[in-house]
Amino acid sequence: MIELRGVHKTFGSNAVLRGVDLTIAKGTSMVIIGGSGTGKSVTLKCILGLIKPDGGSITLDGQDVTRGDRDAFLARFGMLFQGGALFDSLRIWENVAFRLLRGSLARPKAEAREIAIEKLRRVGLGPQVADLFPAELSGGMQKRVSLARAIAANPEIIFFDEPTTGLDPIMSGVINDLIREIVVEMGATAMTITHDMSSVRAIADNVAMLHGGKVRWTGPVSEMDATPDPYVQQFIHGRAEGPIESLR
Amino acid sequence: MILLSPFAGLGRMVLGLLSNLGRVAIYAAQVVSHIFRPPFYPREFLHALMQIGWFSLPVVGMTALFTGGALALQIYAGGQRFSAEAVVPAIVAIGMARELGPVLGGLMVAARVASSIAAEIGTMKVTEQIDALVTLSTNPLKYLAVPRVVAATLAVPVLVAVGDSIGIMGGWLVGVQRLDFNSAAYIKNTVDFLEMWDITSGLLKGAAFGFLVALMGCYHGMNSGRGAQGVGRATKSAVVSASVLIFAANYLLTELFFS
Repeated sequence: MIELRGVHKTFGSNAVLRGVDLTIAKGTSMVIIGGSGTGKSVTLKCILGLIKPDGGSITLDGQDVTRGDRDAFLARFGMLFQGGALFDSLRIWENVAFRLLRGSLARPKAEAREIAIEKLRRVGLGPQVADLFPAELSGGMQKRVSLARAIAANPEIIFFDEPTTGLDPIMSGVINDLIREIVVEMGATAMTITHDMSSVRAIADNVAMLHGGKVRWTGPVSEMDATPDPYVQQFIHGRAEGPIESLR
Repeated sequence: MILLSPFAGLGRMVLGLLSNLGRVAIYAAQVVSHIFRPPFYPREFLHALMQIGWFSLPVVGMTALFTGGALALQIYAGGQRFSAEAVVPAIVAIGMARELGPVLGGLMVAARVASSIAAEIGTMKVTEQIDALVTLSTNPLKYLAVPRVVAATLAVPVLVAVGDSIGIMGGWLVGVQRLDFNSAAYIKNTVDFLEMWDITSGLLKGAAFGFLVALMGCYHGMNSGRGAQGVGRATKSAVVSASVLIFAANYLLTELFFS
């Protein structure tokens, strides 16, 4: 279980997180929604330790994430980055097997390649892409490769940062289905950041909406449409009018 | 208040410069401390060695060739004023080995390598590849900076040695073809006057310059700002700071070796 209590983070004079409280139960899929600049990515990066929060606590199974063996902590995570974040200089299979080729999870090269090809197959890509470089693939294929890399070491927890951004609706649907299938199949705890409401409905068990640096509403996805919270209603229906200020 | 504002600006500039120096020093110490600690990345090291050493050979060689030739012409013209034309082979050899070989080689590597390292690492930062490395349990400093810094520290002295040879050859070529020196006498003069320390000191300078060039490329790349402008600024800063540090280090090492 991941627990955030009163997490604060300020960049210069901009207070992005102003006391985020959030609980993600083990084996569930939490989707965080909210407008641009509301701190969704910052929250996720705080959990991973990529950004140090100014205050509050973040625990994983009761252990403070800032203490203990960092390698062992990170080995429990997989992450799909918004732009894919594939390493340009490495072949596709080397990207997927990156964690399996070095560090505490290292294994022989042939075995790592075999696992990489199996993970690529899991996300719908054939072995013919294994020896290509990321620049030779389309955006959708790069997202799939990044997904394959995120699950390569069978992590307990997977983070997805805007998994469908920049993809056409059909490819978005494919990625959403893949994420849902993989999370269920692996029994992993998932945390997804997205603006895409079709992703929310396809991926989420639970939803949390960030606004003003705090969790405005959280609950099961089945209750999201019925909530009377005007912020949630404005966001999920994409209305220009409402309590969330928009620049026009 | 208006009268004090220039001093406040000066103070801010000095404080900014000192804090930058401090950050670079801490970064350098971190890089050095990781050189001998596992894990090691031999593939990244060999790749960096090829990029920094092998692919810089043409530009360093061409620079040295023309510099050696120009140096011979200048020394001949200057030496004529007091009938000392015969010193051309010795001065070309000593000048190339002690100063021009390492400094110009270092500067050419700074232009070619510091810029490419800063642009590559800066782009990796902007596209979240550095964050991806961290989530994949890999220390970016160890994976990206250490192999490049070690490769540059080892490769630049070799480039300097090649540059020295080509530069001396450039001087010989001009000496024999344009200034009517006897080929055998020119070579004998070069060998007679050149001492081992002339060569060794140049190679040591090359190692120091290689370290500084790669360090600046990595440091500015890792601290790159957002977007294309941020990467562009990081690239420019890497080349400028590497070049300035080469000149500063050259003076300090010359003081250390020869004063």
